[in-house]
Order: sequence, then structure tokens, then C-alpha cells
Amino acid sequence: MAACQPSTYQYRWDFFFDSIFNPDGLILRGLGLTVFISVISQTIGIVLGILGALGKMARSPVFRIPASLYVWFFRGTPLLVQISLIYFGLGVTGLYRWPDIGPLGAFGKGAVQAGIVALGVNEGAYMSEIVRAGILSIDPGQMEAAKSLGMTFGQAMRRIILPQAARVIVPPLGNEFNNMLKTTSLLVVISVPELYVTFSYKNASGSTVFHPFELFLAAAVWYLLLTTIWGLIQAQIERRLGRGAGGERGPSMRERILGLRPAKPEELPTISGGR
Amino acid sequence: MTIEDTILSAIGGITVPSSEVVVEATDVEKWFGRLHVLKGVSMTVKRQEVVVIIGPSGSGKTTFIRCINHLEKIQSGRIFVNGHLIGYREDNGRLVEDKEKNIAKQRQEVGMVFQRFNLFNHMTALDNIIEAPIRVRGVPKDEAAKTGRALLARVGLAAKEDSYPAQLSGGQQQRVAIARALAMKPALMLFDEPTSALDPEMIGEVLEVMKELAREGMTMIVVSHEMGFAREVADRMVMMDDGQIIEVGTPEHFFTAPEHERTKGFLSKIL
Repeated sequence: MAACQPSTYQYRWDFFFDSIFNPDGLILRGLGLTVFISVISQTIGIVLGILGALGKMARSPVFRIPASLYVWFFRGTPLLVQISLIYFGLGVTGLYRWPDIGPLGAFGKGAVQAGIVALGVNEGAYMSEIVRAGILSIDPGQMEAAKSLGMTFGQAMRRIILPQAARVIVPPLGNEFNNMLKTTSLLVVISVPELYVTFSYKNASGSTVFHPFELFLAAAVWYLLLTTIWGLIQAQIERRLGRGAGGERGPSMRERILGLRPAKPEELPTISGGR
Repeated sequence: MTIEDTILSAIGGITVPSSEVVVEATDVEKWFGRLHVLKGVSMTVKRQEVVVIIGPSGSGKTTFIRCINHLEKIQSGRIFVNGHLIGYREDNGRLVEDKEKNIAKQRQEVGMVFQRFNLFNHMTALDNIIEAPIRVRGVPKDEAAKTGRALLARVGLAAKEDSYPAQLSGGQQQRVAIARALAMKPALMLFDEPTSALDPEMIGEVLEVMKELAREGMTMIVVSHEMGFAREVADRMVMMDDGQIIEVGTPEHFFTAPEHERTKGFLSKIL
């Protein structure tokens, strides 16, 4: 077990610093793929989540049963199994062979498409529950008021209920997207060259072979950078959605970075009555 | 509106109820599961009439006015507003629930003010008012905003157009809610206990707006125990108990010579 002796290990910190400050094309492609796949998968997840939530809350079993089965299956099976099933399973049987989309290069590979679909569909199941909780948190009086003004269910959902539910949905949604950025690494099983696979490959071949400590530490830093940037964006979104919510406004992005507290208003308007 | 009505309103806001029927409810029956909440309620309301419904809680008064804009389903009976059957179409004498689009269209004729205001919390006062005219009626935004500001001024809140509901007092919220309902130019206004969630000092400002509306000739059905309001503007009062209308009369009749024992008992408790 000589390889495990720390004393025999030659640190190559230049691999670490180069990976971060002077990333090569492979790393940049991996970074791009991770962000690209995460954003599209999460978008699919949100759309499916809204449909799933409305389906599960529908009175008609025509919508309720498929929505419930969907959530049940994709929350009840491992994501790795779903990824393999969607890519290998559909491919081998010829149900869908995931052809490459030529002009998109690495971003259009069949495995990338399959990965996006698998992550998106899986995410949709979780988002269904989050969106449902968000909608249920809104006072039913809001829907009644909208209806009494002549709005249809769809208009009321789009204009009145969902914008308010968004305030409840965004914090857990932020969590989901943070997770998504990291979960893309599971696409290693279908060889999508995202960030983790890139560093894994560097550790296994070429001039950087077998320097897992420096390389995976660099990978960790990249992931940390992505999730930190997302955290700042999320704070900004939450601040904007807070309009009309009353109470204290959250810190702006600048205040958050600089660690400043929002200025206290000189005099708060007296809010009385109501609830 | 008939020619006579037009002339009458032109010569100075005379609000004699016309002969034109706005609401015609006949034998309305409603169950919540096994609970029989409306047991054959019938009521006719004419244009420019103000009807105040009183009765103990659980008597079905709120449920009844919610049926008038189909926020509640009914099991039998008929409700017409401006001659349109509300919420249903008749299929060989049976009631079949109407299409969502038609129901939404019928509701445009009926404004509703809720006990707990139900303003849209994510919109300013002005946006609350102009949302439905723009989305539902297709009014251009400038025009809707102009009307909206006029309505806000009318309820005494011209300075509050950019305030969110959370920044307004209960009384102010309810006045915005009235303006919001009026923005759809309804033929009928329903008020569901509009002052019972308010602190005592705010009740007056809301009642003032409602009285003004009544004097201008709005057709109104008001569920409320504000007897001062009823005495001042009601053309008719209706006492409901246990899902039925048990007594109808002028405010004068109710305050001086109520007939029914339940009415006497009820009035003695709230007056």
C-alpha cells in the first residue's frame, strides 16, 4: 500500500492553480456543460412541476392520476437508475436512440440530451410537491376574489396565485437548483463530459495523471463558485418577489457582498387594522 | 334602463327602485354534504334597490349571496342576474353546470366585496383595481388607469395608489376592494359582511362609501348587522334563519314591529 503513504506523494499545486486560474478547453467545456445542463433541466423541472402540481390538485382523475403516478415513480426510484434507463434503456431497445444534434457540438450530444431529460423529469417530480405547497399556502380568498372579477381559473392562476406562490416557492427552488448544479455529476454514468467527468478524466490520463487531491480540490472550488454565484442571484430574486409582502426588505446583492445592512427607514408608517 | 329611469337619474339622482328586475332567485336549495344550508330561498331584487340581509351565523345568508355569483354551487332552484341563469344551463329541466368561460362572463356583471378584503397582496392599490378591466374586459391600460384613479379618489384614497395592501389599514383595504369591484362596472354589488373584520374606528369610513354608492343608485345586496346603515339606506331588509327567509320588510318594519319570534329575539341581541 505504498501509494497511500502521504510521505511518498508529490504535491503538484500547479495543477490545482492552473485548473482554476488558467483552465484549459476541457475544463471550460465541462463548466459550460454543467451550467447548460443545470439551467435547462431546472427549467424543464419548473414547467413539469407546475403541471404536476396543478394535475395533483385537479378534481378530475384524468389529470390527477397521471400526475400522481409521475411524481410517485420519479421520486420513488434512484436518479442513477432513471438516467441509465432513459439513455441506455431507450437507446438499446430502439424506442429512442438519442441522435446527436450536429451544430451544437459537445452540447448537442445524445448523452447530453438524455441527461437533460432525465434530470429535468426527475426534478419535475420534486418541483411538483414544492409548487403544490406554494399554491396551497395562498389564501383561497385570492382565487375567489379573482373569480368574482370574472377571471377564469387559468387567468387567476397566472396573474394572481402563481406570482404570490412564487414567494414561497423560490427559497426551496433555490435549494433545488443548488442541488442540480452538483447532481449533474451523476451524468458520469452516461459519459457526459461535464465538470466532474473532466477532472476525473484528467486524473486518469495525460500529464496530470493521478493527482486526485489537487484535481478534485480544484473541481470542488469550481462547484463552490457556481453555487455561490447562484446564491447571490437567488437572494436578488427573493428581494424582488418580496414587493408588497410588507416587513423588512432583504439585503441587496451589493449589500450582501459587502456585508452591509440595509439602511433603517427613519420612520416606519404605522400599519394598523387588517390582520 | 327604461326611458323613465334615464330621465329620473338625469334630473338628480332620484333612486326610486325601478321595476326592472336584476336578481331573481327562486327556490334555491343547497347542501354542504348532508348539511342542508339553503332550504328553498327565493328573492327578487330590482334595479337600484338596496337589500340588507340579517340573521344569526349559520343561517345561510353568506352562502346565499355567494350563490349569486356562483362561488357556491346550488343543488336546485334558479338564480337569474339580468335575465341570465347563473352558473348553469338547463338541459331538459335539469341543471347542468355551465362552461367556465360563461360563468366568468356572468360574474363580470356582479361585483363582490368580501369580509376579509382579499386584495391581491402582490399588487399596488391601483394595480388591484385595473387588473380585471385590462385582463378580462380588454380595456387599454391608460384608460383603465384613468378610471382606476378616479375610483380611488371616489373612495378617498387618491394618495394611496402605489401602496401595497400590507401598507394599508383594514378600512383602506376594504375601500380599495370596493373600488376594485366597481371598476368592472357591475350591475349588482354583493357585500359579504364588509365591516365585520374591521376595527370599530374604521367601520364608519367603509359604510360611508357604501352609503354613497347606494345613494347613487347602485343595486346592492348587503349581508351585514350594521343597523344604522340598514336604517339609512336599505329599501328592504331580509331576516334569514336556518336556511330560510323568515321575514321581509322595510327597515321601519324591522325596527318597530318585527313579527317573527326569531327576528325579535335576534334584533334584541344586536340592537
